[in-house]
Formats: sequence, C-alpha cells, structure tokens
Amino acid sequence: MDLNVLWFILVAVLYAGFFVLEGFDFGVGILLPFIGKKDEEKRAAINTIGPVWDANEVWLVLAAGATFAAFPQWYATLFSGFYLPLLFILVALILRGVSFEFRSKLLSAKWRGLWDATAFIGSLFPPLLLGVAFANMLKGVPIDANMDYTGGFFNLFSLYALLGGLTFLGLSALLGALFLNLKTAGSVQENAEAIAARLWIPVFVVLVVFVAWTLVTTRDVLAFLAIVFGVISLTCIVAGYLAARAKRDGWAFGLLVAAIATNVATIFASLFPNVMVSSTDPAYSLTIINASSSAYTLTVMSIVAAIFLPIVLAYQAWNYWVFRKRISAKVEDLHY
Amino acid sequence: MDALELARSQFAITTVYHFFFVPLTLGLAFITAIMETLYVSRGEEVYKQMTKFWGKLFLINFAVGVVTGLVQEFQFGMNWSEYSRFVGDIFGAPLAIEGLTAFFLEATFIGLWVFGWDKLSKKLHALSIWMVALGSTVSALWILVANSFMHHPVGYELVNDRPILSNFWELIFNEHVMTQFPHTVLSGYVTGAFFVMGISAYHLLKKNNVELFSKSFKVATVFGLFAIVGMIMVGHAQAQLMVKQQPMKMAAAEALWDSEDPASLSLLTISNEETGESSVDIRIPGALSFLSYNKFTGEVKGINDLQKELESEYGAGNYVPSIFINYWSFRIMIGASFLMAFLMFVALFVWLKLKFKLKSKWWYLLTASIALPYMANTTGWLLTELGRQPWVVYGLLKTADAISPNVPAGYVMTSLAVFAILYGLLMVVDVFLLIKFAKDGYVEEPIPSTVNVTAG
Repeated sequence: MDLNVLWFILVAVLYAGFFVLEGFDFGVGILLPFIGKKDEEKRAAINTIGPVWDANEVWLVLAAGATFAAFPQWYATLFSGFYLPLLFILVALILRGVSFEFRSKLLSAKWRGLWDATAFIGSLFPPLLLGVAFANMLKGVPIDANMDYTGGFFNLFSLYALLGGLTFLGLSALLGALFLNLKTAGSVQENAEAIAARLWIPVFVVLVVFVAWTLVTTRDVLAFLAIVFGVISLTCIVAGYLAARAKRDGWAFGLLVAAIATNVATIFASLFPNVMVSSTDPAYSLTIINASSSAYTLTVMSIVAAIFLPIVLAYQAWNYWVFRKRISAKVEDLHY
Repeated sequence: MDALELARSQFAITTVYHFFFVPLTLGLAFITAIMETLYVSRGEEVYKQMTKFWGKLFLINFAVGVVTGLVQEFQFGMNWSEYSRFVGDIFGAPLAIEGLTAFFLEATFIGLWVFGWDKLSKKLHALSIWMVALGSTVSALWILVANSFMHHPVGYELVNDRPILSNFWELIFNEHVMTQFPHTVLSGYVTGAFFVMGISAYHLLKKNNVELFSKSFKVATVFGLFAIVGMIMVGHAQAQLMVKQQPMKMAAAEALWDSEDPASLSLLTISNEETGESSVDIRIPGALSFLSYNKFTGEVKGINDLQKELESEYGAGNYVPSIFINYWSFRIMIGASFLMAFLMFVALFVWLKLKFKLKSKWWYLLTASIALPYMANTTGWLLTELGRQPWVVYGLLKTADAISPNVPAGYVMTSLAVFAILYGLLMVVDVFLLIKFAKDGYVEEPIPSTVNVTAG
C-alpha cells in the first residue's frame, strides 16, 4: 500500500483511538459533579479510570507525534494555526492530570472540591475544543501558499465547528456514563445509568446533524466511504440506545465506541486526500503528498509501528482486564 | 519583547520546569523498583513500607512531570512551525517513537502499579514499577536522539536545502547521543538518590522510623555513588566532544576569547561581552588542553577566532552565545556535581562509621543538599541549549528563522504568561505536598473520606 495513504489511515486510527479511550475518561470527569454528592462516590468514579487514563492520554501524544513524524507540514500548520484553542486544551489537560493525583491527598473538603472543579473543567474543554479543531480541519480555514494559517481566533468558531465540538462533548459524556454504568456498583452505578438514559437522545440529535453536515462538506474522492462510515455511526448509536433500553449494557458501550470510531472515520474519509483544507484557495490545501515526510522516514516509522503497536495494544488490553471488576464507593478499595 | 524572544522565553521556562520533575521521576522510579525488589526477595515488611512511602512521593512528582510534558509535544508545532517544517522529516520520528515505546509503557504500568497491589502477584507488581523505570529511561533516550540531532546533525542529506532522513541508525547512534543520554539519565538517578538520602537524613535526625529510613539511606547511597561517579565521567566525555563538535560553546563556557595552545582553564573570568575585554581572568595554564585532549598541549579555539570562522562558513552574523550564561552555568553545574560527589562519600561515612546515629543539626545540610542536583540539572540544560545559539540546528537552521511566522506576539505573550503562572502554582502545590508527605513519614492506608463535599 502507498505509505502516505497508510499513514493517513494510521493517524486517523490514533485519533479515533484517542477519542474513544479518552472519551470515557473525559466523560467521567464531566459527570463528576453529577455522579453523587458524597466524597466516596466521586472517588469511586475517578477510581474507575484511575488505572487507565494516563495511558489513554498517551494516544493523543502519539497522534500528535505521529502527525509530526509522518506529516510534519500538517503538524506545523495545524498546531501553529489553532494556537489559542490548543493553549486552552493544554491548560485543561494539565489541570485534569494533576487533579486526579492531588485530589484525595488532603482531607479538606475545600481542597477536594477545588480539584473536582479542575477535573471537571479539564475534562469538559478538551473534547469540545478538539471537536472544533477537527471540524475546522475538514471545513477549511484560511491557509496561504506557505501552508500557514492566516485566520484569526473567532473564525475557528463557526456553527459547524461548534457543532463538531458539541458532538464530541456529548459523545464523551454519554460514553463516560455508560462506562461508569459498567464499572461501578451501588449508588454511583444507578446515577450513571440514569444520566446515560437522558443523554442518548440529545447526543443522537447532535450527531445526526453533524454527520449530515459533514457529508455535505465531503470532497469527491472518498465520498462513498465517508457516507458508509457516517451511516454506520448513526446506526451504531441507535443500536446502542436500544441495547441500553434492553439492559444489555456491555453492548450499549461497545456500540457507542463503534459510533465514535466511525464518526472519526467519517471525518477522515471526508478529508482524504487532504489533511488540511485551505478556504483561501484549494491549491493551498495540505495533502497527504505535499505535507508528508520522505518515503524513507515513512518506511522506518512503519517498521517501528508494526513491531510496537501490537505489543502496546496487548499490554493496554491486559491493563483493562486486570481492572475489570466493578468498583463500589468503599473507602478501603479506593486508591485515589 | 518581540515574538522570537517571547517564544524562546516560553520554551526555556516550560522546558526547565519539565526538567525539574523528570530527573526525579527517572531516579525515584529506579530506587522504588529496587526497594520493591528487595521486598519481593527478602519478604520483610519494612521494604514494602519503603516502597509505598517513596512511591507516594514519586507519584506526586510524576503527575506534574507528565502534564508539563504534554506541552512539550505540542510546543514545537505551536511556536516553532518553521522549525517543525524544516526538521520534521528527521525530528518527528524519534518523538513518535518515544510515544510508542516509552510513554505507553510508563503510563500503562504506573496504573497497574498504583491500583494493582491487591490484584497482581508480588512479582508482577514489582515488575510494573520496573517497567515505569524502563519507560522513563527509554523516553529520555528518544528525546535525546532528537535533541542530539539539533546539536550535531547526522544521518541526513539535503534535498532542496532541507534535511531529509537518510540513515536512521546514524541518527540513533549519533556520537552526541552516546554521551548526552547516559549523562542525562545518570543525572536523574543522582537526583533520586539525593532526594531519598536527604529526606532520610531528616528522619534519622528526628529518630523517626529509623529502620525504614536507614535502609532507604543505604539504597540511596549505593545508587547515588555509582550514579554520581558515572555522571561526572560521562560529563567529562561530553565536554571533550563539545570541544570538537561545538567549539564555540566550550569557548563561551570558558570565557576563552583568544585561541590558546596549550589552553588554560578559567578559575574566574569576568568579561565585558560588548568589548571582549576581561577585567578579571584567573586561569590555570594548560589545564583546558589537558581536559580536552588528555595531554597538556592542543589548541582550544577562542571566541574571536571562532566568530570569524563561523562567519566565513555561514555568512555574516553573530555566532557568539551569551558568555555570562554559558560561563556561570558551566561552573555551577560542575561545582554542584563535585559537591554532590563529596556528599555521597559523606553519606557513606554516615552509614559505615556513624551507623546512622546523627545528632548535630548540621546534618540537616544533607536534606538541604536535595537542591544541588536541581541546580546542576538546570544549569546543564541552560549551558547546552543556550550555548548552541544562534543555532537551533547547528549549522543548518538559526533560531531566529525557526518561529511560527503567523502567530502574533500577543498570542505568545498570553501563552507565556499562562504557562508561567500555571506552572508556578503547580510547583507550589507539588512542593507543598512533597514536603508534607515527606515529613509525615510512612502512614498506613486507606485514604479517608471527607464528609460533606459539595457537588461540583
């Protein structure tokens, strides 16, 4: 297979993996204020993602790193162009990261309340702003002949972009609720189930509008594939809703995972063969050809990925398996 | 300040901050792993308590190391897009490989380690912290492969005036990496050793839990002795390489204005950088040649000659980095390092001769000496990065040509302020928590619950 195409797909897979895995991490953080009033209830929620959130976040680091390695022009244009939103995302991720570690270190309610608030904010803004970023990548932003973004801050927040942000935010919240429903017991699990039940329909509505709008923005090349992914995404969320109604919670979670992954696939299939679309002039768009590294670099990266990706997936999967048991709000069981 | 200066300041601040936490992660992961291995092999409860105590401090520090690292991954693209475009073919690969081989390893196994005490077998649980130690060390390797390319570009060919990767093995086995990597990792191990030794000394003075802290002190001393001696030896090798690969950096570090053969080592030099005149210049004749070449002869080029050479090779411009920063960073780094080596032998004395019976309040200086590795780590990085200026990639790209042209200075000022304030606050919280839990000594779990936490 063509190396440039392979790496486009790999980058897409990394971002999809990130949105799924961090999706429920963000979701748990977003639901923290709503999952229970008692300290141990909030702690139980945090402890479900405790063993896995850091490794999940690495998917974003790797997605950024892989973008840099395989498509350095894309990395440069995207990250310098979306400067302020990325700054907010970084601040959010920093706050979230330390919140989990610091939160239960002191007994003070004020201290724990502070870190709960930062965990909430730190979980809310990344999916929102990253959804905005991806929508903009596809829709097109002002990019000049030097591959530099020439727009300002506010044109990043078009209606389509905000919709993209809202979509990923909603999907994360719902996935977080479903995850908690699977991983907790007692009052936390009941609250999670109730929240999930209320989120399905609003999230579905947002997703439908976003997918439809995305497909309208699709370039010609992979239009058919993009439509297929889009339809699968919507089918999966509907099926997930039905599964949840039928109390098939594992299926509901799995189907929503599929919905998120295929939603990301829809975006990337619509984007192909561009990686960043220029609204100034299509000739200035970044493509998998003009934004990429040399064939040698892509080959080296492919070999390294072929060796290590399976190993990583194996021990990450094992991590989830080790912590498969439900967590109840009992202080003796809570490490965070 | 203009956009370039702001971007440089931001990179310096975020990197120095990140490198406050990374060395301790490197060293303390290894030390904690050793302690848990002792627990698994000897079965004594005290080793488990040591693992949990030092592990708790490790985790507080690790968290801030991780989050400050996120910024690094993004910052190249955000603030240095021209740099990213220019070196992307070569520089991006080690960063991606770092994520794939190192970050995943440490991030996954730290989760297993923190939460898996009751779920994993003793051996598997100990293996987890070894994987964290391995992950952080491998992480250092790949980022230093990338950084070494900046100092001494290898394994590339120029295509349309842009470097393209031509030999991955040359990139990895860059001579610069061969000294930079062990030197940096060992400095991390030294940091861990001093952290453990210093805190242990505090508790030994107070006669708290003497068994736990004397055993900790022993581990730290053995580990620290090997590490500090190794670090100094490799540092010396790195300096010898510096004379060959980046002679201007050495000349600046030595405030050597004119080429000398044999070359003298500066004891104290105070220069006016504008005029190139030194008001004070106390030097040891021949010593710089000896350190550079293992013999008392051999030319070491001076700043003035190098400036002329670099101009004729690369065109008009100022190729002289800040003498003040390079000179004093070099001295502080080396001074702190020799003091640390001395203190490690003092630690040996505390162990073998005093048998941990500490009375005099002067021993609190051992606790204060935790500051020494931090001073050395920071000045080391200031020397190596600022000494490379005006180059961001030596001989290929100047820092001034590397920033993102489309990012307004106002944006950079915003991010600089945000990071400086946020990192500052995190540092305060981090140090506060470390001091609190270090002072508390070993405490049994579980973490108690708070009554009446208000909803979000």
